[in-house]
Amino acid sequence: MADFVQQILNGFALGLAYALVAVGYSLVFGILRLINFSHGSVYAFGAHAAFFMVGLHFGPVPAIIAAMLITGVLGVVIDRTALAPLRKKKSVSIAALVTTLGISSIIQNMLVVIFGSQRKPFPDFFNFGTLELGGVRLGSRQLVMVTVSLALLLLLLMVVNKTKVGLAMRATAQNQKAAALMGINVNNIITLTFLMGGASAAIAGGMVGGYYQIVYPSMGFMIGLKAFAASVLGGIGSLPGALVGGLLVGVIESLAALFFGSNYRDATAFIILIAVLIFRPAGLFGKKEVVKV
Amino acid sequence: MALLEINNVSLSFGGLKAVDDVSLYVNKGEIVSLIGPNGAGKTTMFNILTGIYKIDHGGILFDGYPIQNKIPQDIVKAGISRTFQNIRLFRNIRVIENVLVGCHITIKYNFFDALFRTPKYRRAERQNMVRAVRLLYDVGLSHRVHDYASNLPYGEQRKLEIARALATGAKLILLDEPAAGMNPQESAELLRFILGLRGRGYTILMIEHDMSVVMNISDRIYVLDYGKLISQGLPQEVANDPKVIEAYLGGIQNVEN
Amino acid sequence: MEKNTEEPLKTAGGLYRVELFFSKRRMILIPAAFILFLAVPLMGFNQYILRIFTVIGIYIILSLALNLVAGYTGQLSMGNAAFYAIGAYTATLLLLRGGVNYWLTIPLAAVLAGFCGLLLGLPTFRLRGSYLTIVTLGFGEIVRMILMNWDSVTNGTLGIRNIPAPDFFGITLSLRNGGFYYLVLFLVVLVSAASWFIVNSKIGRAFVSIREDEIAAQMMGIRTTKYKALAFVLSAFFSGLAGAFYAPMVGYIDSNSFTFEVSSQIISMAILGGLGTMRGMFFGAAVLIVFPEVSRFLMDYRFVIYGVILVLMMRFRPQGLLGWQPRVPVRFSKTVRSDLMREGILPEGE
Repeated sequence: MADFVQQILNGFALGLAYALVAVGYSLVFGILRLINFSHGSVYAFGAHAAFFMVGLHFGPVPAIIAAMLITGVLGVVIDRTALAPLRKKKSVSIAALVTTLGISSIIQNMLVVIFGSQRKPFPDFFNFGTLELGGVRLGSRQLVMVTVSLALLLLLLMVVNKTKVGLAMRATAQNQKAAALMGINVNNIITLTFLMGGASAAIAGGMVGGYYQIVYPSMGFMIGLKAFAASVLGGIGSLPGALVGGLLVGVIESLAALFFGSNYRDATAFIILIAVLIFRPAGLFGKKEVVKV
Repeated sequence: MALLEINNVSLSFGGLKAVDDVSLYVNKGEIVSLIGPNGAGKTTMFNILTGIYKIDHGGILFDGYPIQNKIPQDIVKAGISRTFQNIRLFRNIRVIENVLVGCHITIKYNFFDALFRTPKYRRAERQNMVRAVRLLYDVGLSHRVHDYASNLPYGEQRKLEIARALATGAKLILLDEPAAGMNPQESAELLRFILGLRGRGYTILMIEHDMSVVMNISDRIYVLDYGKLISQGLPQEVANDPKVIEAYLGGIQNVEN
Repeated sequence: MEKNTEEPLKTAGGLYRVELFFSKRRMILIPAAFILFLAVPLMGFNQYILRIFTVIGIYIILSLALNLVAGYTGQLSMGNAAFYAIGAYTATLLLLRGGVNYWLTIPLAAVLAGFCGLLLGLPTFRLRGSYLTIVTLGFGEIVRMILMNWDSVTNGTLGIRNIPAPDFFGITLSLRNGGFYYLVLFLVVLVSAASWFIVNSKIGRAFVSIREDEIAAQMMGIRTTKYKALAFVLSAFFSGLAGAFYAPMVGYIDSNSFTFEVSSQIISMAILGGLGTMRGMFFGAAVLIVFPEVSRFLMDYRFVIYGVILVLMMRFRPQGLLGWQPRVPVRFSKTVRSDLMREGILPEGE
């Protein structure tokens, strides 16, 4: 029983990190109808940026904030240099997809070139002790991860739902042309979306880096896929969906690890993903799209 | 007996009744037009007929057999084919290949015939190649056989869509605004072509806004407004129906407000 | 992929003449190229060069396989490495554990891979575009996890060593004696021919119609689900074939030989050459295998460069370097021509 609760707790903490990454997929998909394959690498970049900043002895909080900014800018650069020209040319959607795939490869392997492909120890910042209660251990690392992630996700939700900029984002997601006619600068909104996606990925990268105390260039691949699964489960394009999806994926895979052994832990997310896509492609919170002929 | 019989068909999208208790029929060898203001549910009707949308109520008989809620492929096989309002050609392949795709269900060989190039494959390919060129010749596109579909001007793309629809071997052809974007000379030509189709035994159900086309070639006309059938009959009867005039003029008034 | 559509048929210039030249002499040029490739091992190349040729052959098969799904049917698969892996593992296990003759393991492995392609193809029933792509990616990872963790069968992360090379009438195939080269050449010819025959039939046209407009394809009576599944099966079958060849050639396989990087390498090749063309696959595979070999100093940047290729291609030439639309007229066979002539409808310019 204690094991069970423990796994749910671990899954919950990890799930929030997934949710932070999932938000990036959802934001971009909501506005561009594009699965941004480079997002996992952006996350890895964020983790490395934090790792690098920490190496400069800034302390954890400034380091992560700096990483956030740099990674957010990276997101914007990706959009401006590679994706925006495709939109201007009105390329087919597969072109954008392949482009993000290419960018992913560039980022990840540049990280290999710069930092090396090996696993690098990330300082154990968030360890202030462990709380034990009836055999269930609640580490301060988990606590930090949960608090920070929840705070950020709530902040994002607030921005999207309560602010003027958020209104513009939602309008753009609904109908780009109409939004543009209403005086919204769609390009700025897209830029902002990539900035937010990149920044939240960087935080997730810093948090997960701190949680496992390790960073490496390919770390984004698996978590990127899991976060994508989470956003699809929640209903891609929906922010609350990303949160719920992330939590579900985190908890389910932790439980799967408990019952089926940790070897197949990583497969859980894919099985969820495939099952959702087959049985309920719109996800839990998404809306079904009507075919237009 | 009517070739196509639509009985009390309804379809809602959420709360919106896109098609509301519509009944109509098309006899063999007729040219029937479906008209109505924008958003009246005409294209929705076509989408129902070709199996893209599933209906909530009612029944559709084609050639005496129920076809409602069947998948598009089975409906084509039964003998209904269509063109699209916003042309949907296979743009990056050749004109002749577009028609050959249309021939798909009339080409009877399997995967292994293709893989081993059996005599059956060769015969079927030869026959359908000739058939495809003949269809293109019939619609007046024989000079475009080798071209790519995307290189065709608008009017020719419409013709190619019709040729592709005919290639399926369908008896009933649904034309969704065939004259849209054509100049008067082109639409007069199209008119002759559609009459010619009837002469060759095809039955036509079409959506059209160009009244010169509709009034000139329709045997009968149905008028839809807000998903409901508001009028039907011979072209003259419909043209003088106050309800039809109101539906159209009312539409114009709304635009002005 | 978007195709170059600016130039109409008639104004086609120099490239048109080149095309016409090749098109008219294809019955001589293709056999000539084949004979040239037959002679490669006799030209005194060392084992290193022969190995490069052989690896290019493997990747030509893999690219041709991907091309059927991604190029013609328009369903980008990012899990083709999985079929490659399934082929390699099946052949190896049949050979070592099952005691099956090598020459039988190749078709059997391909069939099993094809069957797995069917399993993957079935969910395509409801999925489109990017969703499908990501499911294929997930499939690839699941397969790799199974290979990595199913210790009793796959020997886990250690992989399987000492896979014996096959005999051909008493001669043991090796890279040195050109045996593997000839075998891969044979397989390339086989897969190319099969691919060509499939593409130039109603099946290939059905594939392309799905790529161009799935709804319109359905309205032509094409069972799009069935054809998408078929495309996956064929793609998996050919990839499995390549895998079955690969394992005994290198003599050692583990799950790391079949990572996502392999899938993305195949995609890069196909896109560089031009999805939806067969010539592009030969070109893409050759360029991307030779390129890192001749630029060893760029080794670290290899995958960076793959990424750059993808990004630049999508931006400036999404149809691929060799991805133009042929402008030579469609070839009518003699009988078709005479039939058309008899009806008096032979198109102009014939």
